[in-house]
Formats: sequence, C-alpha cells, structure tokens
Amino acid sequence: METAENTFQTDRKALAERLKAILPAHCLLVDDEDLRPYECDGLTAYRELPLAVCLPESEAQVVDILWTCHQLGVPVVARGAGTGLSGGAMPHAQGVVLSMARFNRILRVDRLARLAVVQPGVRNLAVSEAAAPYGLYYAPDPSSQIACTLGGNVAENSGGVHCLKYGLTVHNILRIRVVSIEGEVFEIGSEAPDAPGYDLLALLIGSEGMLGVVTEVTVKLVPKPALAQVVMASFDQVGKAGEAVAAIIAAGIIPAGLEMMDKPATAAVEPYVKAGYDLAAAAILLCESDGTPEEVAEEISRVTAVLTAAGARDIRVSQSEAERLRFWAGRKAAFPAVGRITPDYYCMDGTIPRKRLAEMLAAIAAMEKKYKLRCANVFHAGDGNLHPLIMYDAAKPGEWTRAEAFGAEILELSVRLGGSITGEHGVGIEKINQMCVQYKTRELEVFHRIKAAFDERGLLNPGKAVPSLHRCAEYGQMHVHHGELKFPELERF
Amino acid sequence: MRLSDLVAEMIGAAANNEPLRIRAGGSKDFYGGMLAGKLLDVSAHRGIVAYEPTELYVTARCGTPLVEIEAALAECGQMLAFEPPHFGRATLGGCVAAGLAGPRRQQAGGVRDFVLGVKLVDGRGLVHDFGGQVMKNVAGYDVSRLLAGSLGTLGVLAEVTLKVLPRPRAEQTLRFDLDEGAALALLNEWGGQPLPVSASFWSAGQLWLRLSGAQAAVASAVARLADQFGGQTVDGEKHWISVREQTHPAFAGTCLWRLALPTTTPALGLDGLGAIEWGGGLRWYAGDAVPAAVLRERAEQAGGHAVLYRAPESLRCLEGAFAPLAPPLLALHRRLKKSFDPQGILNPGRLYAEF
Ligand SMILES: Cc1cc2nc3c(=O)[nH]c(=O)nc-3n(C[C@H](O)[C@H](O)[C@H](O)COP(=O)(O)OP(=O)(O)OC[C@H]3O[C@@H](n4cnc5c(N)ncnc54)[C@H](O)[C@@H]3O)c2cc1C
Ligand SMILES: Cc1cc2nc3c(=O)[nH]c(=O)nc-3n(C[C@H](O)[C@H](O)[C@H](O)COP(=O)(O)OP(=O)(O)OC[C@H]3O[C@@H](n4cnc5c(N)ncnc54)[C@H](O)[C@@H]3O)c2cc1C
Repeated sequence: METAENTFQTDRKALAERLKAILPAHCLLVDDEDLRPYECDGLTAYRELPLAVCLPESEAQVVDILWTCHQLGVPVVARGAGTGLSGGAMPHAQGVVLSMARFNRILRVDRLARLAVVQPGVRNLAVSEAAAPYGLYYAPDPSSQIACTLGGNVAENSGGVHCLKYGLTVHNILRIRVVSIEGEVFEIGSEAPDAPGYDLLALLIGSEGMLGVVTEVTVKLVPKPALAQVVMASFDQVGKAGEAVAAIIAAGIIPAGLEMMDKPATAAVEPYVKAGYDLAAAAILLCESDGTPEEVAEEISRVTAVLTAAGARDIRVSQSEAERLRFWAGRKAAFPAVGRITPDYYCMDGTIPRKRLAEMLAAIAAMEKKYKLRCANVFHAGDGNLHPLIMYDAAKPGEWTRAEAFGAEILELSVRLGGSITGEHGVGIEKINQMCVQYKTRELEVFHRIKAAFDERGLLNPGKAVPSLHRCAEYGQMHVHHGELKFPELERF
Repeated sequence: MRLSDLVAEMIGAAANNEPLRIRAGGSKDFYGGMLAGKLLDVSAHRGIVAYEPTELYVTARCGTPLVEIEAALAECGQMLAFEPPHFGRATLGGCVAAGLAGPRRQQAGGVRDFVLGVKLVDGRGLVHDFGGQVMKNVAGYDVSRLLAGSLGTLGVLAEVTLKVLPRPRAEQTLRFDLDEGAALALLNEWGGQPLPVSASFWSAGQLWLRLSGAQAAVASAVARLADQFGGQTVDGEKHWISVREQTHPAFAGTCLWRLALPTTTPALGLDGLGAIEWGGGLRWYAGDAVPAAVLRERAEQAGGHAVLYRAPESLRCLEGAFAPLAPPLLALHRRLKKSFDPQGILNPGRLYAEF
C-alpha cells in the first residue's frame, strides 16, 4: 500500500540547518529525547517521532518555517495542546511538528462588540475566564477545555455540552488569520456578520490542520445566563431514556445541555465523584436549563412534566449551584473514571439520529459479547453524538486489535443508521478507513481537489482526515476478504 | 423534474461548453453580477423529501417554495430560524445559494449556520452528497456550508437539509424614539446582557425591538425595557414582515446598498441612510448620492464590506455587486471554482467578474 511515509524523503541535517537559521535555540527541538513528548496526541495507540519540533513565537517565524518546508518538500503537522482523540496531531516520520503552544496570548476582549481576539495556543477555558468580568463567555465547551487550545478547536470544529443550544465551534468563530503552506498570510471572515465571497470560514473550521495554519482567532462571546439549573432523571430502560430525549425536543424545548450515561458509565463514575446517581437505573439523563430565573423556572417545570410522562423512575432538580456542579461532575469526569477501572480505554465518537439511540445501544451490547470487551456509554444525547468507551488492556495480546475492530464496527453502524463517523473528534488517522464507508469516491475526489486548492503538494498533515482512493480500495478489499461487505452499493475500483 | 433530468442538462451543457444560468423562483434576478448563459430552470425539481420534527431537520428538493416548507414546519410548531425573505416565490435552493437571512439572524444565526447537508450536481454533472441529517458531522471538509451564499457558481443544490428550531413560545415588539447614535449604543449594550432580543430595526428616529422566548422571560424583559428606556409595546407582526421582505419604505431608492459592519461601528452619518438591522451589524443605504468607491472604502475601514444590493443594471455592471477580494483570497476562490466547475459554465460572472 502506498503510505504517506514513503512519499517523502527528508534530509534531516539540511532541514535542521535551515530551521536553525529561522528559530532561536529554545524554539527548536531535534534530539530524540526532546521529541518524545510529541510522538502522539490523546490517541496514544498511534505514535511516531518527527524529525523536528518547532515552537515559533511570532507569525513571521511561522511564515518562514512553512515557506522553508514547502521549498524542501517537508511535511508539517500543526499542534495545539495535543489533546486530540483521533491522532490528528500525530507527527509525520519525515516531517516537522509545528507547535503553536507559545501563541498563548489573549490579544483583546471587546465587551461592547462581544468578541475576543486570541492566539491559537490559548486554552479554551482561558477565553471564558478572560470574558467573565464582563458577564460574557465563549460557549463551545469541550470536556477537555482546561487543556485544549482554540487552534485545535478550530481545526476539529470541537463541540461540548453547550453546543446543542449555542452551536459548535463553526457557529462561534468570526474570523481567523491563516498562513498557507506557501507562507502566504490571509484573513477569513470578519467582525461583521458576514464577509464577501465563499464561506471559507466554514471550510477551514474542522479541516484538521490540512488547509493552513491558524495564527489568530476572533471568537464570539455570549452573555452569561443569569441562572442555570439541571434536572437529573433516571430510567429503568435505555430505550425509554432515548424516547424522553425525543419528547423534550418535540415539546419545543432546546435545553442548554442534554446528556446521557448508561449503567456501566454511572457505575464507573459514582464511586469516583459521589454525584448521587441512581445506580439501579439503566440510564440517567442530565438536562440543563439556563436563562433568566423566570425562564429557567418555566422550562424546568415543562421538562419535568415531559420526563414524568416519558416514564422516568426518579427525577431530581438541582437546588443550588453546588448541587448542579455535582450532578455534572460525573458526566464531566466520565473518561477519567472509566480510566480507573480499566488499564486502557478507546473513546469512539459517532453520531446517529436520536431516534436510533436504543437500536445503537442494543447493537453495542451485542458487540461487547462478540469482541469480549466491555463498553460504557456517555453521550451528547441532545445531538445524537455517542462516546462509547471501549475498555481493553493493551498488555494483553489481541485486545487492542479487538478494541479497534469494535470501534470500527460502531462507526460503520453509525453511517448505516443515517449518522456520521465523527461528531467532534475528527477523522485524523483513526477513522481514515471509515471515511471510505461514509463517502463515495466522487466526494473523496472533491475533498482532494479542495485540499489541492490550498496545498498543492500535500505537505500539511499528510495521511490524515481524507483517505487516498488507493487506501479505500484496499479497505474495501479487506472487507470482501472477510465476507462482510456492508455497503455493496458503494463504488470500488 | 427528476434529479436525472438535472444531471442530463448539466452533462449536455458541459459537453457543449455552454454557460448555464441556474434559476428557480427568479426572485433574486436583481441580486449579484450579470445574468448570463442559457436558462437552467430548476423550479420543477421540488417537494419535501423528509421532515423529522424530533430530529430537528427538514430535507427538500431545491425548487420547493419556502412557503411550502414553512407551512409544513408551522404545523409542528417549528420554523426556519434564520427567517429568510421570500415573497411567495423564493425556493429552498435559491435561498441557500443566495445565503440571505432575515431579521432573526441576529439571534439565531445565518443561513450557513443551519445547513446540515446538500446533494450537489457539479459542473460536470456529477452528483455528490455532503454532510447529512445529523446535527454534528465533522467527517471531511464542510462543503455544505461552503455552498451557502455561493450563488450557484459551484453547482446546483439539488437537495438541501436544514436544521429547524421550535418557534418561540412568546414574542413581543417594543418601539423607542431614538436617534441613530443612541440606538446603536443601546443595541450594543443590550447585546451583552442576557436579554431575549430576536430582531432589531432602526430607521428614521425609531428603534423597533423584538423579544422572543419563554413567556416569563419576554414579559420581564419587556417590562424592564419599557420602564427604563421608555419603549412602547406595539403590534410588530406586519412590521417584521415588511423588514424581512423589504417593503418597508426605508429600502426604497434607485440604489440599495447593504453594509455588513462590526456592530459597534459608530453612526456613518451618510445622507440617505435607510435602516439598521442585526443589532448594528447590518446597515442599509438607499440612495445614489454617495459614490460606490466611497461606500466601499467606508465599510472596509470599519472592518466590514459593502454590497451593491439592488441597482440599475448599468451600475451593477460597472461597479460589481460584491466587494473585491484580497489577491490571495481571489486566487483561492478561482481554484475552488475550478475544482467544482472546471469549464466555468455555472452562473459565470454572477458572483465575481473573474469567474
Ligand atoms: C479527556 C478529553 C475530553 C475531550 N472532550 C472533548 C469534547 O467534549 N468535545 C470535543 O470536541 N473534543 C473533545 N476532546 C478532543 C480534543 O480535546 C479536541 O479535539 C480539541 O479541539 C483538540 O485541541 P488541541 O489544542 O489539543 O489540538 P491538537 O490535538 O494539538 O490538534 C488537533 C488538530 O488540530 C490541528 N491544529 C492544532 N492547532 C492548529 C493550528 N493553529 N492551525 C491549524 N491546525 C491546528 C492539528 O494539526 C490536529 O489535526 C477531548 C479530549 C480529551 C483528552
Ligand atoms: C421583488 C423581490 C425583492 C426581493 N428582495 C429581497 C431583498 O431585498 N432581500 C432579500 O434577502 N431577499 C429578497 N428577495 C427574496 C428572494 O426571493 C430570496 O432571497 C430567495 O432566496 C431567492 O430564491 P429564488 O428561488 O427566487 O432564487 P433565484 O432568484 O432563482 O436564484 C437566486 C440565486 O441562486 C441560484 N440558484 C437558484 N436555485 C439554485 C439551486 N438549486 N442550486 C444552485 N443555485 C441556485 C441562482 O442561480 C441565483 O444565483 C426578493 C424577492 C423579490 C421577488
């Protein structure tokens, strides 16, 4: 199979010489032990050492690095905090990692215009902290928000609990500054409600570092609601919880957050955070309401009525801010909590239409038997975004391979149920084969042409996000070989 | 009209290198650059394909009139939250291709914010499915949203899936007597507070403000704003339709300019300013006293841009409807255009004279 690695051949010494001329010594790492911390992102199953790590401090340096790499034909992988879960920031063996960690300044918070201009290495939570004195905040709140950066959020179009009501990253970015692989600087979007020409902002957001390197981000800030309260409901059947989600939406309510955990997930988190979850329940729902006190009271009473009608076995409403945070603590800590009960876990990220929730969960239960691995489910129920946590032990032979196959099957089922292979973590290296399942050859060709319009030589993050058609053909054959070709209508060649 | 007919027309045009002018309701013939090419009428490719109220999406063919879609949504208490203008004739395809939103854009977001997926026929007659029917999908580049506002230059939007939202439970309109500067200052101040403002419109010394949301929230906001700032509650329904459809007298004139600006841009003090919408972010200038170059420069200096929205054809040809792009961006636009429409047969010159 053609791989990205054998397409590029870099002269390591020549590259180091050129980079030394651009960057001061403290901004350039070339020794193996210094490179080690950069060998993977949050998806630790895939690792690679780059030839060098650049830590530029100015946009001019970014321009010089990219221009030089373009000249030398060297791959470049941009990196934020490295919390990505799809291997998007995994280095290229023949390339450079361009860490934006030192671009960590908040340049401007404009109270009246309700926006902030920040460098891409600024952490997500830091933006809300800087806006707090003005009664404003940045709405998209990935669970990793204390660590992940705005640059990474833009590249992954990250989501979070608030995204059901307040939108994803793409709905909350006004403008970005970008450096192309050829070292050209341009700005996309504006502080005005729209900008002339094609909506390149939509194209760049979620493009996984494949189209350009972001050096500045202007984000929208929204007024902090006066009050937030959460309703916690438990159900004795997962299907009922799924129907309750649909009933809330059907009642015309868009909560500020609507999250679900199944029994294995609550069992894992309760001893860890002591949130008071109903451990006998098959699933619990957390439904947040925010706004003015009058608004919240009205919504909470309507939500409670809907949940009761949907057959909730127990309903509790947070009576204080401390209690609200405690109800959420379990959901927010679900990943580390599961991490305590298993040596390793593999976090998936598919989306499905909400009405297929029960079906998906039943299928996952069957897969647990098939692959002989346990799985806990936490998800953004309001937008059908699942995060099955497949538990495995990397030290036991064969377990990772089974976990990987388990994950792939979940993603492929997501597509079949009318959903997508990723809702917020991106394709990266992880889901590259499943891209062949979600898209036909024709769409993949369009993606390749878009890529070429920005980066003709394919130097930015090669091998990620969009599979080569060659790779899809191989993946297709692999499935035929196992006699389980799932999408016979898809074109192959 | 079936998808296969659309594809056949496109393949035929590509084979003959024949420019096509995509048109549905024709309600937007006034908008954008020159109209050129053989007419490709897509209005007969119509009908709602799927509507799932609890999944919050509707999928329809491009020629479906917006009124038909909105009527279906209203039956389930839902709406197109970007509140597009329509005049009875506008279609879904034209609405997304033009990318123009109405008064509620200030609160809800623009057309692109609600596009979840598209079926696209590109300039070679190839049919593509981008995005889908779920709220979150980050697999591959977001081509669906790229197409919002592309004015038919990248392909025919054969089918579109939009996110829909529940209609607000309550809605009330207030009217204030305020000059331009004072109105702008207040709009920006209110924008930073947790107030359920869903539309604003200032013209000729009057500011109209619409509040939408939960019953209790609207009632308390109305009481507070009336008390503190002297707003009068008025029946706003007809007013907001006249703003959405631009039948309000503020939009009348031989030329109508649309200026998208940062909301905090101070009063422009232009002779003939027609109206301000979207909390200060959208300003309409109806008149021909100020030269195009001056308007474009003023908008750019403020960090925004100016569109020659409605004007006699001679002026549109001379000035171009849209603000020129910076050279690196224009180069990118050309390459993108080429990747969807290698022969350049789709709506040539409608967006920019260069492609
Ligand atoms: C415990 C945990 C919980 C998480 N929860 C969520 C969640 O709720 N929602 C969610 O969406 N994600 C979540 N994530 C995933 C991850 O945090 C996000 O994808 C985040 O946006 C990555 O940001 P980062 O700064 O760490 O980026 P990195 O991992 O460093 O990079 C991610 C991608 O962005 C590119 N990139 C980074 N900076 C730039 C730049 N300046 N210009 C161009 N490209 C760039 C990289 O090349 C790479 O492709 C979680 C991760 C963890 C570990
Ligand atoms: C007199 C009048 C005044 C109006 N004034 C305003 C106004 O001031 N502000 C406002 O916002 N709206 C205005 N409109 C509303 C306008 O009707 C809508 O914006 C509408 O969305 C246009 O839709 P259409 O189907 O009529 O598009 P058309 O006029 O047929 O087409 C509009 C554009 O979309 C392209 N297009 C159409 N269908 C497709 C498709 N399926 N795929 C790809 N491209 C396609 C066309 O090539 C063209 O570039 C006005 C309408 C009328 C009749």
